[in-house]
Amino acid sequence: MSGFFSIRAWDKVWTYRETFLLGLWNTVKTSLFAILLAILLGIVFGLMATSGKKVLKAIARVYIEVIQNTPILLQCCFLYYALAFSGHSIGIIATGVVALGVYTGAYMAEVFRSGIEAIPKGQFEAAQSQGFKYVEKMYYIILPQTLKIILPPAVNQVVNLIKNTSCLYIIGGADLISLTYSFVTGENTGGSYAPGYIVSGLFFFLICYPLSKFAGSWEAYLKKKDRRIVAVKEA
Amino acid sequence: MSELEASFSLLKDQNVLIYVGRGVLFTLIISVIAVLLSILFGTVLAILRNYCNTGVGKIFRAIATFYIELFRNTPLLLWIFICVVFCPTPAFFSQKMFGLTSVESKLLWKAAVALVLFESSIIAEIIRGGLNSVAQGQFEAAYSQGFGTVKTFLLIILPQAFRSVVPTLLGQVISTIKDSSYLANVATIELMSRVKTILAVANRYTGQGNIHTSDVFVLFGLAAAIYFVINFTLSCIVRSMQGRRKRAARRDHAFA
Repeated sequence: MSGFFSIRAWDKVWTYRETFLLGLWNTVKTSLFAILLAILLGIVFGLMATSGKKVLKAIARVYIEVIQNTPILLQCCFLYYALAFSGHSIGIIATGVVALGVYTGAYMAEVFRSGIEAIPKGQFEAAQSQGFKYVEKMYYIILPQTLKIILPPAVNQVVNLIKNTSCLYIIGGADLISLTYSFVTGENTGGSYAPGYIVSGLFFFLICYPLSKFAGSWEAYLKKKDRRIVAVKEA
Repeated sequence: MSELEASFSLLKDQNVLIYVGRGVLFTLIISVIAVLLSILFGTVLAILRNYCNTGVGKIFRAIATFYIELFRNTPLLLWIFICVVFCPTPAFFSQKMFGLTSVESKLLWKAAVALVLFESSIIAEIIRGGLNSVAQGQFEAAYSQGFGTVKTFLLIILPQAFRSVVPTLLGQVISTIKDSSYLANVATIELMSRVKTILAVANRYTGQGNIHTSDVFVLFGLAAAIYFVINFTLSCIVRSMQGRRKRAARRDHAFA
């Protein structure tokens, strides 16, 4: 066990700081693209789930259930090996973006669905009566109101996504955790376990903590506002 | 089509089935034990974070808060790697058992510790939600009846708090079963890792020269189906519970 305070171990981390920065960059890059994909899929399937059309609803349901009830690691592996053995490999990071995007997309779809269902029915009817088409109605009237409600759960899903980038390790990943692991176990660089893990844990914490803090306080704010509205109504 | 047939012959191989079946069993055992231990540990954390507001207690509260936030905002895989290096193994787990080699059972112990540490931070927050939903008057009523702090919690507060979070805790079992697949990165014990191991040597069982895409589909399809059946059953139970509670709440509201 190499000590936490061994200067040599910390020095090694500093010498190889490029490795950590590269890992961080890869994790951030993967997360950003995957978040975009997840939001896109979330909106599409969320709208399908609330469309009232049976076929569309069934498709959204199947997507959400299948993806939510199997592990991300399995999906990631499946995608990677299926592509690799059929000779269409698209690279580790691209595979990660697709797998994470599709996985988180299923959760985002549920988030959007519950957000849209929380909007009072009168809003839909009012928009319709004013002659808004479906897309306009959703874009101008419904989704802007939804956004405020779904912010906390959506941000929590983003935090989960960032943590789940570690699933890239199993397909030979290039993300922060994988690079940290190959750093601490590498032939030339090995041994500085504690500093290596502390640094990579710190990076994750510094990204995720502000996000989850924000989600938490926004949720508390919404709850307080809700209570005020109820109080005003009852008064 | 012969490739596909060869791949499906994997599912008829007794050794493969036993190997995978054991993996399913390990996945379930690890997850259930992890959740049970996490509930114990998480309850302690939740109580410390929620109710230690005075004097020396504030230190415990700070520790519990730090622990919860730290583990909730870093990936499970990091903690698995950390535990593999730093977690001490009791003698009981450094021997052959359950058909695992001594190295594997050591890894099983270490990875399970990581899983418990990680899940307890999440379960602590769930239980905190339950504790917050218990009315303040319950404490006052218990104290006025002469209950001590410990008895108040054990007999009055916790039962109510747990009752309100049972569906969420069951949902967390689903997450834990999925999270346990991260153990595949360090040890070949549970379902995910075993499927991956078989894939690596699939050509030996199928009698084909190479590993084909169809092997990937059959093997990972099997694993996905197993995970899906377990988790979907659980999520159906969760949903029917929530539905029942919502209806009951509406009924109470209507009467009141």
